[in-house]
Amino acid sequence: MTDDSPAFEDDDQEAVERPALATHPPRVRSNGTGNRKLRFYGHGMPYLKDLKVKGHLIVIEGPDASGRSTHTQRIQAKLEADGHAVLGTGLKRSELISEGIITAKSNLGVGKRTLSLFYAADFADQLENKIIPALEAGYVVLADRYIYTLIARNNVRGIERRWSRNLFGFTLVPDLIFYLDVNPEELVHRVFQKNSSLDYYESGMDIGISDDMYKSFLIYQRRMAKEFEKMKTDFGLQFIDGNRPIEQVDADLQGRIDAFLDRAR
Amino acid sequence: MSQKKVKGRALLPRVEARKGTQGADARAGRLIAVEGVDGSGKSTQLHLLEQWLRHQNLKVFKTEWNSSETVKEITSRGKKKGLLTPTTFSLLHATDFADRYERNILPLLEAGYFVLADRYVFTAFARDIVRGCDPSWVRKIYSYAARPDLTFYFRVPVDVAVSRILAGRPKLKYYEAGMDMNLSNDPYESYRIFQGRIVEQYEAMVETEGLVAIDANRGIEEQQFEVREKAKRLFGPETLNMAAPTAMKDNDRR
Repeated sequence: MTDDSPAFEDDDQEAVERPALATHPPRVRSNGTGNRKLRFYGHGMPYLKDLKVKGHLIVIEGPDASGRSTHTQRIQAKLEADGHAVLGTGLKRSELISEGIITAKSNLGVGKRTLSLFYAADFADQLENKIIPALEAGYVVLADRYIYTLIARNNVRGIERRWSRNLFGFTLVPDLIFYLDVNPEELVHRVFQKNSSLDYYESGMDIGISDDMYKSFLIYQRRMAKEFEKMKTDFGLQFIDGNRPIEQVDADLQGRIDAFLDRAR
Repeated sequence: MSQKKVKGRALLPRVEARKGTQGADARAGRLIAVEGVDGSGKSTQLHLLEQWLRHQNLKVFKTEWNSSETVKEITSRGKKKGLLTPTTFSLLHATDFADRYERNILPLLEAGYFVLADRYVFTAFARDIVRGCDPSWVRKIYSYAARPDLTFYFRVPVDVAVSRILAGRPKLKYYEAGMDMNLSNDPYESYRIFQGRIVEQYEAMVETEGLVAIDANRGIEEQQFEVREKAKRLFGPETLNMAAPTAMKDNDRR
C-alpha cells in the first residue's frame, strides 16, 4: 500500500521520472518560428501534447485585498500600451462551472475535496477554452490567481499535498509567477477598508480555527502565507513585498515583466 | 481478493480509508460495486442484490454514478453545449464522485451500512483513459477512495450490450456515443468502437484491480445466484449487529 504519511510527502516518485516542477520560469527560446511546446506541471493533457504556443503566461497570486486586481489592471494597461495583446483570466470565471461553485459554496454540506475538484474543473475549462487558445494566438495571458491558491487552500484544509499536486498536473507552467506578500495584520485593514466585513472562506471559518472571525482571519491568512512560502522554490514564485505603496509595487512588477519580455523576444 | 499494484496510486484498502477519519470503526460497513458497459445488466443485478440485503433487515444504501445534484446539472449543461473536453469531463465526474463520497459513501460505511455503488471509480478509469487522459493522473485523483470489498464486472460481448442499448433507444447522445473522440462520423459505429475500448479497459482491470467477472451472457437469475453467493462471504459475525432496528419494528407493527 502506498502512503500519505508526511515523511514521504515530498518523496514523490513521479517527480523523479519526469521533469521536476519548475524551479525557475522556463526559458524556452523561440525556435525561429516563435512556437514552443506546451509545458505542463505533471501528466498534462496528453491529447494536446503536440500543440505549439507563441504567447506568455504571467500569474499574479496573493490573498484578497493584497492589491491583485489593481496591479493586474495596471499591468494589462501598460502591456496593451506597449502593443501586446492581453487576455485577463482568473479563478471561478469559467462559463461552464463558475455558477456551480457559487452554489456549492453556499451549501455548507459540500466537502473539501469536492470543492477542490470543482475549482480544478473550472480551471481546466478556462485553460482549454481560453488560456491555451490565447497562447496559441500569441497573447500575453495575465492570470489573477492560479493553482497555487488552490493548492495552498487544500493544504491548509488537510488534503494530502501530493494529491493536490497530481490533480493540478494538467496545468501549464507559467512564464512568470508573482506572489503579493502582505502581512496579515496589514491585510485585514485593507479588507475592512474595502468591504467592512470579512469573507467566510477567506477567514477560514469553514475549518473551525476560532469562533472569532477576526482571529480566525489572521490565523488562516498566516497559514496560507506559510503554504506560499513552502511553494516558493518548487514552483519558482517571485515574492513581491506588497506592504509598500501601490506605485512602488507596480514599478517593481512592471520592471520584472518588461525584463522577461525583452529576454523572451 | 488478489490486488495487483497498478501504475499510479492505488485505491486505499477499505479498512485504511475508513479509519482515516476520526478513528471510526474500521470493521463497520461493506462496499459492493458493480461495473460493466451500458447494457450489461449490472443495474438489474444490483437492484436484486439490494432487495435481498434489505430483506435480511440489513441497512443498505445505494449510490449511482453521476447523480450528485449540484454537479449533475453542470455536467448535463456542458454535455448539451458540447463544451466538455476529456479533462473537464473527467474532473466533473471526479467532483460528482467526491461529493457522493464525502457526503454519503464514507459516512454510511462508517455507520455500518452495506453501500451499493452502481458504477465506481473503475468507470472513471476506463472512460477517462479511453478519452485520452493520463492513466496515472486519473487513478491518483481517486486515490483517497476506499477499495470496494467486492466489485462485480458484468462481462458481456460488446455486440450483445450494444444491441440491448440500441433496441430501447433510437437515438444516441453525443458524449454517450463517444462522438467527441472522432472515432467515426456514424454515431452507432462510434458507440460500438467506444464501448469496445471500454471493455478492453475493464478486461485489464480484472487482473490489476481484482474485479470479479460475472458472465452476463446468462439468465438474470443464474447471475444473481452467483452474485449472492459471493456477497454472502462478506457477512461476518458483526453482520448480525448490522440489522436495522427500525426495519424490525416496522415488521412487528404489521
